[in-house]
Amino acid sequence: MLSKKETPAITDTSKNSGEDVIVVEHIYKRFGTNIVLEDFNLVVKREENVVVLGKSGAGKSVLIKCIISLLKPDKGRILVFGENVPELNHDELDRIRAKIGFLFQGNALYDSMTVRENLEFPLRRHWIDFSQKDVDALVMDALENVGLTHTVDMMPEELSGGMLKRVALARTMILKPDVILYDEPTTGLDPVTAREIDNLIIKLQKKYQTSSIIISHDMNCVKNTADRVVLLLDGKCYIEGAYEELERSNDEKIKQFFE
Amino acid sequence: MALTGKAGEFFDETGRIARFAGRFFTMGLKPRYEIRELLTQCFIIGYKSLPLIGLTGFIMGLVLTIQLRPSLTAYGVESELPVMVGIAIVREIGPVITALIFAGKIGSSIGAELGSMKVTEQIDAMEVSGTNPFKYLVATRIAASTLMLPVLTILGDAISMYGAYIGVNIRSVTSFHLFFSQIFNSLSFGDLAPAVIKTFFFGFAVGLIGCFKGYNSSKGTRGVGSSANSAVVLSSVLIFIIDFLAVQLTDILGLNY
Repeated sequence: MLSKKETPAITDTSKNSGEDVIVVEHIYKRFGTNIVLEDFNLVVKREENVVVLGKSGAGKSVLIKCIISLLKPDKGRILVFGENVPELNHDELDRIRAKIGFLFQGNALYDSMTVRENLEFPLRRHWIDFSQKDVDALVMDALENVGLTHTVDMMPEELSGGMLKRVALARTMILKPDVILYDEPTTGLDPVTAREIDNLIIKLQKKYQTSSIIISHDMNCVKNTADRVVLLLDGKCYIEGAYEELERSNDEKIKQFFE
Repeated sequence: MALTGKAGEFFDETGRIARFAGRFFTMGLKPRYEIRELLTQCFIIGYKSLPLIGLTGFIMGLVLTIQLRPSLTAYGVESELPVMVGIAIVREIGPVITALIFAGKIGSSIGAELGSMKVTEQIDAMEVSGTNPFKYLVATRIAASTLMLPVLTILGDAISMYGAYIGVNIRSVTSFHLFFSQIFNSLSFGDLAPAVIKTFFFGFAVGLIGCFKGYNSSKGTRGVGSSANSAVVLSSVLIFIIDFLAVQLTDILGLNY
């Protein structure tokens, strides 16, 4: 059986071995006595989709929240475009965050704002000089990407779960980020809608050539979207490789995710 | 020796509120100013609270007059009714009742709104979108609450006095001019200024506690409900404490005579 220490990457399946967009080096994160991440390492290359797979509470969401600096790791480095995120000041962090999209598990749409205002919010906040005409065009373009231009003046409460997810995805993509972090993008959706979201992720990734980290334990989503799968167990990277390779593994800890 | 139990929790909470208030003065008052959001909050907190404050103020003035009349009649000083009611409303009842109604409406609404935003990750989404949520959500709400309560109190006092005028005219006939002349002739700077100044502190307390409870809400719907509830309870208690301190201070300064 493969052990944690005996299981480096099965193969390097990166689409290209070019620039490292995200480099996570030896990070540790604990909450009280609960150790969530322990010497975790990860590299994401340009235009690569990496799925981080793991059980609930394994620390997957904590990992991407550390990457975007919503949480600070206790130890270790997180390089995004070569800059160590935990050490950045507020202004530097804003600059980096403008290049990173984050799709929240619960969508996190502002429920007091219309769909248009939700999409305009990141455009207005990042100090990027847009005219109203540009803003309108970007909002409609983002909604067109997810097929929801007719919802532009609706409130989030008027939308279905799948529509909310697609609007959230449109908001995530509106600044055309280089990196997108997806926190369980298909959780709580029916299989058909989940498949639509998977296809949207792939379509938008191809259109904008983004790199992504996708947190999921939905194996259909993992299969559809992953260039590479990283299995997070006990706070560490247990194994990484292509979906098909992990699927063929005889390791009990890996098999339980594919059964 | 470390404090434990309820006393420890009390001092811990007090310290956290003090730090939160400190953050408002250090971070919230520095540029970049969220003027648009501040104006929106002034509209929501001030303008939208006016009907409730007006209604309660009107009833308060009316009831106070009806209740006071028999006692004053018994002492043969019924003619002093407008003065008595006017001073009571301006100095104490107006500011405190308005602040308590304000705490019930605005304190709970801020606590629930921010609590709900916290548990649905909207505050995190804001941070990711290049916005400092403390400045955008907290500083604007505290500032709007601090600025709007004095305005509401002055308007509430005016409506309350009109209610008192109606109350006086239920059993007797007093002209509008005479009624208000009697009130304004009896009021001095020492009545008006401390009453208005303390409402800034009341407003600050309501905004601060509402934001503190909402911003630090625990996960889940129970956490949101608890934030809204404790925001009202704590800000109401704080209003009485501030009022007590204000009365003591004005007494020391000789403004109560």
